[in-house]
Amino acid sequence: MLRLTLGLVTVFAFSVIIFSTFSFLPGDFATEILGQSATKSAVKALRAELGLDKPPVTRYFDWLGNVFQGDFGSSFSGRSKVQGDQGDRSREVVGLIIPRLKNTLFLTGVAAMLAIPLSLILGISAALYRNSYYDRSATGVSLVTVSSPEFFTAYIFILLLATLFPVFPTIATVDEDTTLVERFYRTALPVFTLTLITMGHMMRMTRSAIINILSSEYIEMAKLSGSSRYEVIVKHALPNAWAPISQVIAINLAYMLIGSVVVEYVFNYQGIGRLMVGSVYNRDLPVVQACALIFASTYVILNLIADLIGIISNPRLLYPK
Amino acid sequence: MTSNKSKELLLEMKNIHIDGFSDERWHKILKGVDLTLYRGEILGLIGESGAGKSTMGKAAMGYTQPGCKIINGEVNFNGIDLAKLTEFEKRKIWGTKISYVAQSAAASFNPAHRLMDQTISASNRLKINPTDVLKKDAVQLYESLQLPDAENIGDRYPHQVSGGQLQRIMTAMAMSPRPELIIFDEPTTALDVTTQVEVLSAMRSIVDKFNTAAIYITHDLAVVAQMADRIKVLRYGEEVEEAETRDMLSNPKEEYTKSLWSVRSLIKPEETNQDYILSIKNIDAAYGSSKVLYDVSIDIPKGKTVAIVGESGSGKSTTARVITGLLPQSSGEIIFDGKKLSPKLEQRSKEELRKIQIIFQMPDTAMNPRQTVDEIIGRPIEFYQGIKGKERESKVIELLKMIELDETFLDRLPSELSGGQKQRICIARALAANPDLIICDEVTSALDQIVQEGILKLLQKLQKDLGVTYIFITHDIATVKAISDEIVVMYQGEVVEQGLKSKILNPPHPEYTELLLSSVPEMDPDWLTSLLNKRSS
Repeated sequence: MLRLTLGLVTVFAFSVIIFSTFSFLPGDFATEILGQSATKSAVKALRAELGLDKPPVTRYFDWLGNVFQGDFGSSFSGRSKVQGDQGDRSREVVGLIIPRLKNTLFLTGVAAMLAIPLSLILGISAALYRNSYYDRSATGVSLVTVSSPEFFTAYIFILLLATLFPVFPTIATVDEDTTLVERFYRTALPVFTLTLITMGHMMRMTRSAIINILSSEYIEMAKLSGSSRYEVIVKHALPNAWAPISQVIAINLAYMLIGSVVVEYVFNYQGIGRLMVGSVYNRDLPVVQACALIFASTYVILNLIADLIGIISNPRLLYPK
Repeated sequence: MTSNKSKELLLEMKNIHIDGFSDERWHKILKGVDLTLYRGEILGLIGESGAGKSTMGKAAMGYTQPGCKIINGEVNFNGIDLAKLTEFEKRKIWGTKISYVAQSAAASFNPAHRLMDQTISASNRLKINPTDVLKKDAVQLYESLQLPDAENIGDRYPHQVSGGQLQRIMTAMAMSPRPELIIFDEPTTALDVTTQVEVLSAMRSIVDKFNTAAIYITHDLAVVAQMADRIKVLRYGEEVEEAETRDMLSNPKEEYTKSLWSVRSLIKPEETNQDYILSIKNIDAAYGSSKVLYDVSIDIPKGKTVAIVGESGSGKSTTARVITGLLPQSSGEIIFDGKKLSPKLEQRSKEELRKIQIIFQMPDTAMNPRQTVDEIIGRPIEFYQGIKGKERESKVIELLKMIELDETFLDRLPSELSGGQKQRICIARALAANPDLIICDEVTSALDQIVQEGILKLLQKLQKDLGVTYIFITHDIATVKAISDEIVVMYQGEVVEQGLKSKILNPPHPEYTELLLSSVPEMDPDWLTSLLNKRSS
């Protein structure tokens, strides 16, 4: 319960930071859209219409109040540059974000389903055969993948699987009509990239969590009561390792979502990351704010889930004395 | 204790050599030890830490800890050499034919599983009896080990039962597959004396009942005397001597064996006075909302030693924390040297802080591992007395001589010292403040018998030379006899009684003191039996 409240407070704090950061950005949308030569009165009128003339605190609370009702406001872009044109083409932020969010969630979801089981299996087996060649090469390779930036990994994949051996497309453009199979095929490269950049970290943490537990006395006891290697790991070590493992998975899932900003850009994928980058260009504040808030909340929610798993997997916390 | 010759051989270990890898090289842990055990017999294996007794016990299963290996020797169990078996073959014997009871039950149970599942897991692997039969049997074992609520205790998790209960459940777990041999590795060392008696009697009766052979490993001769038919003494990985329990106790041949209970021979004549350096009056204290001290009043005579005894949770260490100001009391007052001390540490003057020093149980964790001996001892000299440079160094050397070390230790790090030397450095650090009162919180509990004796002698000598007062917190009655003038008995946060050593140790006793004193194992192999008879009557 306390964690839940703390989580909420964190999201609030984020919202304040996000909002104030963007208000401090130089320039504003009104001058941007109307151009350098716009008259002062025109700028002023547009500012008034967008509510940019109100003091920041008022704007913050207006915005926050609307967010609570699921209304992230209207996007600035798409507005008519001609004053008085009533054919307003600006779109609701929510309508703009939801399909993009779905795309991103699809991408990260597929990557997660690939990365989590793979890294668990690799991590556990590396811990089991510690210091073997397998373990060394697995930890070595994972170090390389962790340290290379995602765009680099992405370009390597493009080079290998799209240019030299044209198996997958480089452009992962999808729309609502794309079939599921087609989606899998088109997103293969971004999924591989996300999987690879997060797997190393998860695998290494799983390995060290298991190794840490393997040195405890109850593991020796389990061995001395005749448990096989498999039993020792799966029955005795793993149940005690869920807490650290779920923490690292949560962090990496969040990282995947953030990492998708770059990956989506590289592969031209219609996700929320691309939307955010584009909106920053256009000074489209409502969209940027909404995206940032979504990213922040994902972090908090994922960490909350990890904490919960930690509690559920630990009888000491689940059944107090 | 009939003749061994009429019995059937169960385990024969011949010429065991085991090496261990640490500090980048191989060390010899066992250097050719033999061991024979007959069916239904209990062999006691004793020695100090580092003697190789645990390694020997595990080798009896054909197991070595990671980083150790059997270099040479045979482990014939029922005619099979365990040292030659593969892991897979040994696993069929471990936990079912030979089972193991570890020192720390709290750390040796898997925190993630219920006790019942762990109790029957090895038997389950045998696939002889179905799970519900095994569970019923486990409940019966719990009952015969006198566990409370035997029917349901198995449904709990390890953190939900006490240490003494866990140790008994671990015995039940070892007994569940009806093994031919159980290795008890210091099973009562971590327990209070009062709990130890219960666990010992429970283990002994169940081993008797099923006529199981056992190897009982401990450093406490008095404990092994209650359990074993025969005793083997190990030192530095070699056998010192072996004899039937009664012979060993009445007539130990080797000097070393005699020295093992030397602390028990240390005696101090008691003295006291009415000149109190410290009086604590009607102290109540609590950790958060749980109250731990109730109306505690203790007087400490100047230049004397007052021992505070009691089991874990009795509030003796908390009392020390209140005196030092680490835990402010909720009511009551502390009079030190005629003046009232403020409860909070921050409100005490530097001079007041200097006069009361504390020495902790674990010298390993009480010293900064990155500081040299010079820095550790020099720091309080500089802080309290403002002495720097050359003068400071000569002071440090003076203190090192006082604790029977010399200036060659100045540049050493704690990791380069033995356990006894570390504790000596901690004593020197306390002395560096030139205190009037030193609180010794279980300072000898983590040390071996012989090292204990050295530390206790040193403390006595320092008291004679410097007139310093000690509050000696311990659960070990032998230590109390060796060092104290007065004794305070504490139980569940209250003072049971305070008085001269002779008064407290001799009857008549209040009920709890009686229980505590009678629970201290004696060198008499019939002690446990007669104690249990007396208690049940």
